[in-house]
Amino acid sequence: MSFISLKNITFAYPNGHTAVENVSMEIGKGETVAIVGQNGAGKTTAVKLMNGLLKPTKGDVIIDDWNTKEHTTAQISRKVGYVFQNPDDQIFHSDVYSEVEFGPKKLGLSVEQTKENVMKAAKLAGIEPYLQENPYNLPYSMRKFVTMAAVVAMDCDVIILDEPTAGQDMQGMQRISSLIAALKSEGKTVITITHDMEFVVQNFERVIVMAHKNVVADTNKRDIFWNHAILEESMLKQPHISRLSHTLGLPKQILTIEEFVETML
Amino acid sequence: MNSVIKISNMSYKYPTGKVDVLKNINIEIEKGLLYAVVGPNGGGKTTFCNVLRGFIPHFYRGDLRGEVLVNGKNIVESTLGELSLSVGFVFQNPFIQISGVKETVFEEVAYGLENLGVHPDEIRTRVEAILKLVKIEHLRDKNPFELSGGQRQRVALASIIVMEPDILVIDEPTSQLDPQGTEEVFEIIQIMKEKGKTIILVEHKIELIAEFADRVILLHDGEIVMEGTTQDVLSDEKALSYDVMLPQYAMLGLELKKRGVPLRKIPITEEQAVEEMNWWMAERGVRI
Repeated sequence: MSFISLKNITFAYPNGHTAVENVSMEIGKGETVAIVGQNGAGKTTAVKLMNGLLKPTKGDVIIDDWNTKEHTTAQISRKVGYVFQNPDDQIFHSDVYSEVEFGPKKLGLSVEQTKENVMKAAKLAGIEPYLQENPYNLPYSMRKFVTMAAVVAMDCDVIILDEPTAGQDMQGMQRISSLIAALKSEGKTVITITHDMEFVVQNFERVIVMAHKNVVADTNKRDIFWNHAILEESMLKQPHISRLSHTLGLPKQILTIEEFVETML
Repeated sequence: MNSVIKISNMSYKYPTGKVDVLKNINIEIEKGLLYAVVGPNGGGKTTFCNVLRGFIPHFYRGDLRGEVLVNGKNIVESTLGELSLSVGFVFQNPFIQISGVKETVFEEVAYGLENLGVHPDEIRTRVEAILKLVKIEHLRDKNPFELSGGQRQRVALASIIVMEPDILVIDEPTSQLDPQGTEEVFEIIQIMKEKGKTIILVEHKIELIAEFADRVILLHDGEIVMEGTTQDVLSDEKALSYDVMLPQYAMLGLELKKRGVPLRKIPITEEQAVEEMNWWMAERGVRI
């Protein structure tokens, strides 16, 4: 059964620009889903519709059994948390602890519960050493982890990450992977927008491809990354190892180094 | 070797810092080559760039020891204005770079030349040429703030290139861009390379570094721990121990080698990987 349901959604910004057109998606509880596509394809608009930051111009967005039109963003944020693409659009406290604490506190959790959530989220995001720091003393890539912790601390059912890998180094990438795995193991739904196809291969099964304001494909990663028509339409590239396998004409639809090695040896 | 930058025994500490963030850096930057600077965040990459463009010590102050020569002149003795003629700097975030005081892309690109006191006729000619070179002629009348991230980063690059510095320092130009925007930026970097510019590029996208860079500098905890040709550094497992990812093709090559495949070399680009795999399959007599 789906937890998030977008039914024939169209969204136009007040200036008349239509960002998504007749988009439908169903995402179940506990699923991890990657949304990929070029900028301007409608990815961020689609996920902002999921937590009520935007309300559809046409169609209905149903979260659990709530129609987002009938609830405020604050109410919906109990169920769906969105981590902004740009951490500076999200951060507004002068120390990391207060930033992470704000969400659970506003949800009305007890003092103890709030503290527990904050510490757990801080640990998952790897920001424990910086709790007393001003977020703006931290590098951009670390501020991104502050914003992730702030949303994780709210303990909502769905967590949306908007381009978490931008500017991250190897350790940062590994931390994001383990964060997603931890949320998944707790039964959370994790939806991630990303441009990094290797990151998709390593962390997700289901991939939604968006292009020209629409969903052009929604299936498992292997079927996506070996569908050249879809990739071309959405201006995406195969993951590196798949591309190599394709150029060499290998008989299998390879995604990873391990699969490549198995096929070759 | 024709070096444009020579750094000897350079260490640096920020004014409020307790420890050196750059430690005993020694390197010569050769004219006309593209150097990629890689390493974990917080390892000193951006600070290193700030030294190259003279922001350290002129703007940030702090404690700079050792010697940094740009075109033979000590940066401590040069003014920021003088340095800006030879070293062009492109910010990580094109939203910061755009001046905000100009209403069209054309004017934005002309801004630097205006400040240098160049004659208006020459400004027009040079801006026209650059808009054409980086393929943003169609954006000339747009407001820079209406542009997409990729377009904005190209405007930012154009507004630096138009001043014709010999050295370009570019700090993570693609980290906020989608694949298409990234490609567009690398197209410009390639053009600059062909024009003989010396380029110092901070970048995380390691497959692109493998494709474009001549040499790689690995900064870890303020020290240059690896430096060499792109081929040597990016095929060396040691980089992983410094928290730097290797290209997927190198990871594949290393794994195959571990499993006993006698590759002639560790590939770092797709082209090399195709060549190496084809060679090996031919050796084994495999046909697909």
